[in-house]
Amino acid sequence: MRTIYILWIRQLKRFIRKRASLIGALGQPLIFLIAFGFGLSPVFARAGQGNYIQFIGPGIIAMTILFTSIFTGTEVIWDKQFGFLKETFVAPVSRFEILLGKTLGGATVAAIQGILVFFITLAVGFRPHSLVMLPLALLYLVLIAVLFSAVGVAIAARLEDMQGFPLIINFVIQPLFYLSSALFPVQGLPKILGFITTINPLSYGVDGMRYALSGSSHFSPWLSLGVLSAFLIAALAVGIYQFRRIQL
Amino acid sequence: MIEIKNVTKKYGDFTAVDNISLNVEKGDVFAFLGPNGAGKTTTIKMLTTLLNPTSGEIYLDGHNVMEKPSETRKSFGIVFQDPSLDNELTAYENMQFHAILYGISKDVYIDRIKKLLELVELTDRKDSYVKTFSGGMKRRLEIARGLLHHPKVLFLDEPTIGLDPQTRNHIWNYVKKLNEEEKVTIFFTTHHMEEVERYGHTIAIIDHGKIIEQGTIDEIRKKAGTDSIEDAFIKLTGRQIRAEASNFSKSTLRGFRGM
Ligand SMILES: Nc1ncnc2c1ncn2[C@@H]1O[C@H](COP(=O)(O)OP(=O)(O)O)[C@@H](O)[C@H]1O
Ligand SMILES: [Mg+2]
Repeated sequence: MRTIYILWIRQLKRFIRKRASLIGALGQPLIFLIAFGFGLSPVFARAGQGNYIQFIGPGIIAMTILFTSIFTGTEVIWDKQFGFLKETFVAPVSRFEILLGKTLGGATVAAIQGILVFFITLAVGFRPHSLVMLPLALLYLVLIAVLFSAVGVAIAARLEDMQGFPLIINFVIQPLFYLSSALFPVQGLPKILGFITTINPLSYGVDGMRYALSGSSHFSPWLSLGVLSAFLIAALAVGIYQFRRIQL
Repeated sequence: MIEIKNVTKKYGDFTAVDNISLNVEKGDVFAFLGPNGAGKTTTIKMLTTLLNPTSGEIYLDGHNVMEKPSETRKSFGIVFQDPSLDNELTAYENMQFHAILYGISKDVYIDRIKKLLELVELTDRKDSYVKTFSGGMKRRLEIARGLLHHPKVLFLDEPTIGLDPQTRNHIWNYVKKLNEEEKVTIFFTTHHMEEVERYGHTIAIIDHGKIIEQGTIDEIRKKAGTDSIEDAFIKLTGRQIRAEASNFSKSTLRGFRGM
C-alpha cells in the first residue's frame, strides 16, 4: 500500500507542478466542443438526433481522459530514460504494486482533467439531466481513466524512448477516439464502422457516461461496466507481464 | 553473502560478462575493479535483479536472485553509477520517496535524512528541485539516498566519481561505520585506488568480462609483485596490450601472475 501511495503522490506532485501542460491539455477539448458542438449542432438537430452538445459532452470528457491517461502512462518512458525507474525497481516492493501505483497516479491526473472538462462543457451549454446520476458518471469517468492509464503504462513498458510515441498516438489513441461512439451515435453506422465501434472499449465508457449524464445510451449501462472492467483486467495483466520483462 | 556461479551476460553477440565466479563473505568490503567497459556495472545490475544473466546462478543473502527477486531486494541497497533521481522533485522529496518505498518508519527517516543531508552538505538545498542541482550535488544526493536504509549488502558503483576529497572522505567514513557497526557487506567499484587501499579488504579485478585476479589487498600486491594496488592494477589489466606488443609468452605471464 505504501508503495502505491508514494508513487501516486509523486505523480500528483509532478502534475500540479506542470501547470502549463495542465492548461494545454484543456485546449483541445475546448476546440472540439466549440468546433463540433456548435458547428455540427444544426446538422445533428436536422437529422432528428436532438441537441448535439448534449450528445458530444460525454464524448469530449472521455477524449480528454483518454489522451491524458495514455500520456501520463508514458511517464514510465521518462523514468526509464532518466534512470528513476531503476530506483523503484530495486526497492523491496513487487512489480505489481509499482504498476498499480503508476496506473492509479496517471488515472487520478486524467480524472481531474476529465472533471475540469466537465465544467467546461457546462460553460458551453451542456446540462446533466439528473444530479442524482452524477456519482454514476464519475464512476465511468474513473473507470475510463484507470483503464487507459493501464494501457498507457503497458505500452510504455515496451518502449525504450519517446521516438515510438507518435506511432502510438496515430495508430492507437486516435483510432480509439475517432472510431468510438464519442462523436457519433452507433446506431445506423456502416457495418464495418459499427463493428469497430462496438469492440472499442472507449465506446462503452462514453456510452456509460452518456447514460449517466444525458439519460440516453446505446448499450446497457451494466454491459458498459462489465466491458470496461474486463478490458481493465486484461490491460493490467498485459502490463504486469511487460513490467516483469523490463531489463534496465 | 554473495555467491556468483559461472555467470555470463551477452548483449546480442557481445559478451559483456564472461563466465565469472565470485564469493563475497559477510562483512567484507569488497572492491570490484576493472577498466571502463570491463563489465562491472553489468555484473552489479545482475546482482540487483535489474538484468537477467544469460547463464549462471547468483545467490545473495541466501536468495536465488533470478528465482526470488522480491526476497533478494529486501537484502541490498545500491548507489547507481548513472543518475536515478527524480529531477521534478526536491532533494528532500527524493529522500522521503526512498524512505517510504523501503518502509522506514517516520521517526527514523526524519532523523536519518537530516543526518545524511548534513553529511553530503545539502541541508540548505533540501527544498530545491533536483533539476537545479549541479552534477556534483546530484551525485551527493544520490549517495545520501543510497545510505538511507541499512541493508545487508550495499552496492556502490563508482560512488565517489567527480567528488572532492573532503566529500569522499565523509562518505567513506560513513560507509566504514556502517560496515563496522552494522556488519553491512560493502560491494563497490571505483577508479580511485587509494580508496581501495584505505577501505577495501578483498579485491577482484575484471577485464573484458573475465575475472583476472582475486584475493585480499596483500595477496594481490604480492602476486603482482608491486607496492601499490594502483601498480598492480595497471600491471594486471595492461597485461594483454603488453603481451601483444612485446611477445610475452603465456608461461611468463602465468609465472608473473603467480599461478
Ligand atoms: N545495454 C547494453 N547493450 C549493449 N552493450 C552494453 C549494454 N550495457 C553495457 N554494454 C557493454 O558491456 C560492456 C560492459 O559494460 P559495463 O558493465 O557498463 O562496464 P563497466 O561498468 O565495467 O565500465 C561495455 O563494453 C558496454 O559497452
Ligand atoms: Mg560501470
